[in-house]
Amino acid sequence: MNTGHFRTPLLHTPFHTRLVAASTCNEWYAWKGYTAPARLTEVEFEYFAIRSSASIFDITPLTKYRIRGPDCIAYFNRLLTRDIVALAVGRVAYCLWCDDAGRLIDDGTLFRLAEQDYRLCSQERHYDWLRTSALGFDVSIEEETEHVAALALQGPTSCAVLKALGIGAIEMLKPFHLLNASLHGRDLMISRTGFTGDLGYELWMQPDTAGGLWDAVMEAGRNYAIMPIGSEALDMARIEAGFIQANVDFVPADQAVRPGRGRSPFELGLAGHVDFRKANFTGRRALLEEQRRGSRYQLVKLDIDGSTPAKDSFVYLRRRKVVGHVTSAVWSPTAKTNIALASLQTPYGTQGDDLWVEIYYKRELKWERKMARCRIVAETFYDPPRRRQTPAANY
Amino acid sequence: MKKYDAIVVGAGHNGLTSAAFLAKAGLRVLVLERNPYIGGAAVSRELHKGWTYSNCSYVCSLFRPEIYRSLALARHGLQVIPYGGGITFTRDGGYFGNYNDHEVKRREIARHSRRDADAYDRYEVDVMKQTRFIRPLLLRTPPDPASFRPRDVFELLYLLRKFHDLGERQMYDTLRFWTMSIGDFLDEYFESDVIKAHFAGSGIIGTALGVYSPGTAYVLLHHYMGDIDGSIGAWGFARGGMGAITRALGAALQSYGGEIRTDADVARISVREGRVAGVALRNGDEFEADVVVSNLDVKRTFLRLFDEGDLQPGFLSKVRNFKIRGSSGKLNIALDGLPSFPALPGGSPLMTGDMHFTDSLERMERAYDDWKNGCWSQDPYVDMLIPTQIDPTMAPPGKHYMTVFVQYAPPRLATGDWTDADRQAFGKTVIDQIGRYSPDFENLILHAEVRTPRELENEVGLTEGNIFQGELTMDQLLFNRPFPGYAQYRGPLKGMYMCGSSTHPGGGVMAAPGANAAREILRDLRRPNTVPGDAGDE
Repeated sequence: MNTGHFRTPLLHTPFHTRLVAASTCNEWYAWKGYTAPARLTEVEFEYFAIRSSASIFDITPLTKYRIRGPDCIAYFNRLLTRDIVALAVGRVAYCLWCDDAGRLIDDGTLFRLAEQDYRLCSQERHYDWLRTSALGFDVSIEEETEHVAALALQGPTSCAVLKALGIGAIEMLKPFHLLNASLHGRDLMISRTGFTGDLGYELWMQPDTAGGLWDAVMEAGRNYAIMPIGSEALDMARIEAGFIQANVDFVPADQAVRPGRGRSPFELGLAGHVDFRKANFTGRRALLEEQRRGSRYQLVKLDIDGSTPAKDSFVYLRRRKVVGHVTSAVWSPTAKTNIALASLQTPYGTQGDDLWVEIYYKRELKWERKMARCRIVAETFYDPPRRRQTPAANY
Repeated sequence: MKKYDAIVVGAGHNGLTSAAFLAKAGLRVLVLERNPYIGGAAVSRELHKGWTYSNCSYVCSLFRPEIYRSLALARHGLQVIPYGGGITFTRDGGYFGNYNDHEVKRREIARHSRRDADAYDRYEVDVMKQTRFIRPLLLRTPPDPASFRPRDVFELLYLLRKFHDLGERQMYDTLRFWTMSIGDFLDEYFESDVIKAHFAGSGIIGTALGVYSPGTAYVLLHHYMGDIDGSIGAWGFARGGMGAITRALGAALQSYGGEIRTDADVARISVREGRVAGVALRNGDEFEADVVVSNLDVKRTFLRLFDEGDLQPGFLSKVRNFKIRGSSGKLNIALDGLPSFPALPGGSPLMTGDMHFTDSLERMERAYDDWKNGCWSQDPYVDMLIPTQIDPTMAPPGKHYMTVFVQYAPPRLATGDWTDADRQAFGKTVIDQIGRYSPDFENLILHAEVRTPRELENEVGLTEGNIFQGELTMDQLLFNRPFPGYAQYRGPLKGMYMCGSSTHPGGGVMAAPGANAAREILRDLRRPNTVPGDAGDE
């Protein structure tokens, strides 16, 4: 194996040359060993490309596993908290997996590519856990992160862009469905999935076709105000959509050092993705026990007074008692609301609790501190109907 | 006859805002609109198939985020998208680009003057100081300085304390700033003609004054004090056109149980025993309400909708003296493609910004001379944008919509009232102006809506076509708006209120007058307040 890897701690994705050409501000960060853009131009414009036209974001660094074999269904039903028996070929499922103690290891998307052929995508790396869990199942697992290039094309004009690209019937593709297309004679897989809570697609391809596809998508998007974006803009959109992120809103159970740091699906507001009707899955017993005894925490959505994001704030009850902390916070430019996700200790966090967050912010080198009242909200901060409509809206 | 708690006359953004907050407080509210569509001057209509115009107002910055938030306008479909940059083309084939990026802007200014590049930072800090002073006042009712009621005294003290907090030098500067001309103000910072001309535009837009007329520096501030998501001074588009704002406000109003009637032309506000009793439509329908709120400008409200005998002569002369002079026109153009501007390098981001063709203060002042002489400017100042580059919803793919604000255009011409031929000639003057910098522009025109002050008055209802419902000069601002003694949204009769841009803090699609008026009405009715205060973190 190549021993020169110490010279390139950060790898380049197949889109790197395109990203470099699009970048005017040189704001990069490390995403799972790859150079990835935090911003390419200005975060405001990139954000609004997601919400009002079309954005493209390189998701190649997502961890991707290819899982094949006759026991796939049984394997996944053991690994994941949801029941995947009904997941047909050509469909995608959002899923969770826990450790034996019912603490969440990660969340991800599972693609059923063929009868006995699946792709699992996640933020963190799990080859070890996936292999451990495969004991006794006839499945093969390989990591294909670097073998599959991927782009997220998200925003209200994303369907129009794909139509301009010549993808037939794309508007009929339902959320969490995928289709196989071909572009210039090369395979392209398109799924109606994403991390923005908006109309959007993810494009999956072989690395050697990546650059050409980027160019074709940009060209097709010329009349639809398409814009390449970085992670900062995406993060704003995912908080608006209420999506959680590993190592931001929860510590993956297998990475937690300190006792009690992990979180169960219930404690993250993901109860709807746990299916106890299944006879057995990893963490089932512990989760049943938790359901009986009650959870220690709950993740809530907060609507906070004022306009300064409550980043890293404590949450107080009646301005005095610390009852939790904010995990993600942003000013929502679309909802025009100061929003946050927060983890609160049981029994706090019922609607009507007198909750406050403590916000620190700096103005011309001077720190200011304020207590801002907040309310727990049940509904998603921004949830446009176009996200679910099929046929997909043109804009 | 159906009785309402409150009737709002006019479904502009302020009327709808007022109505929404009143309905949110539980009042039975009816909004009456003369046109077959709502929106007033925040309106989007399809006049050419496939194109949505922002027929009057065309960009958004001042709209108060607190109102946006508390009426949940995002849930009702509103989205405001920022745009970046601006450009002034010069007659010699060059340009000045007002880039968003600070360093790029700096180098661009330095291309015209090295000194101006540094002066720009001083300019920006000074404008920001003024902005900081005025922003918190937008969602407050101005105090009456002649009153000793505790609330007025308290508000006046608040104002004075804020003023005093500016510090000694800044207090002097502020008084000068509020009264001086934009030309004099910019002369204190810049030496380059084109840079001065570029920034001076904000000082005259919508105002029947020239760049060297006292008071125009404030008008610049009026265009700078808004923000998009905390980015102060930034401007944006309402996705789908400015009508998206009033559509969202209308939907918010209806979600609180309020009613809207279009094609409902109010002929008269009826008065009984010294207080308002309701309204009568031109078609004879009548509606009763103890509260009537007018979104119309004060001239239209009090000179047209009341029997003269119902109002005091002293009050009426204040109304007649209110300064509301038309100064501008508007072209909305459907384009077959994106016009090219040979002065710009390919791929320039400046294409998405506001474009202008007046490269000196001298030319701006001459354009104003034409207005004084009763003619539209032969060398007009324009504020032109092609929003479809950012908002693809307003035109078919590959086609574009162009909005052209034009200054100056007088409400009446020296030759008499505007005629259709005048309007056509006015449109041609503007198209020729743009064509001088874009050779393919004229051939791309598929349809153009040309609006002079005549159309703005007749179709939108703005007296003389003044887009701010009254000049934004110190004699008509704060507790002087619309006139002394009536700056707290209450009319001269019990139950009569004003909520349009004729009231504090004035024009621009801000919705603050509408919100402030609702707060005063709820106060008089002893209802709980539903109107948010300023929520910016200073």
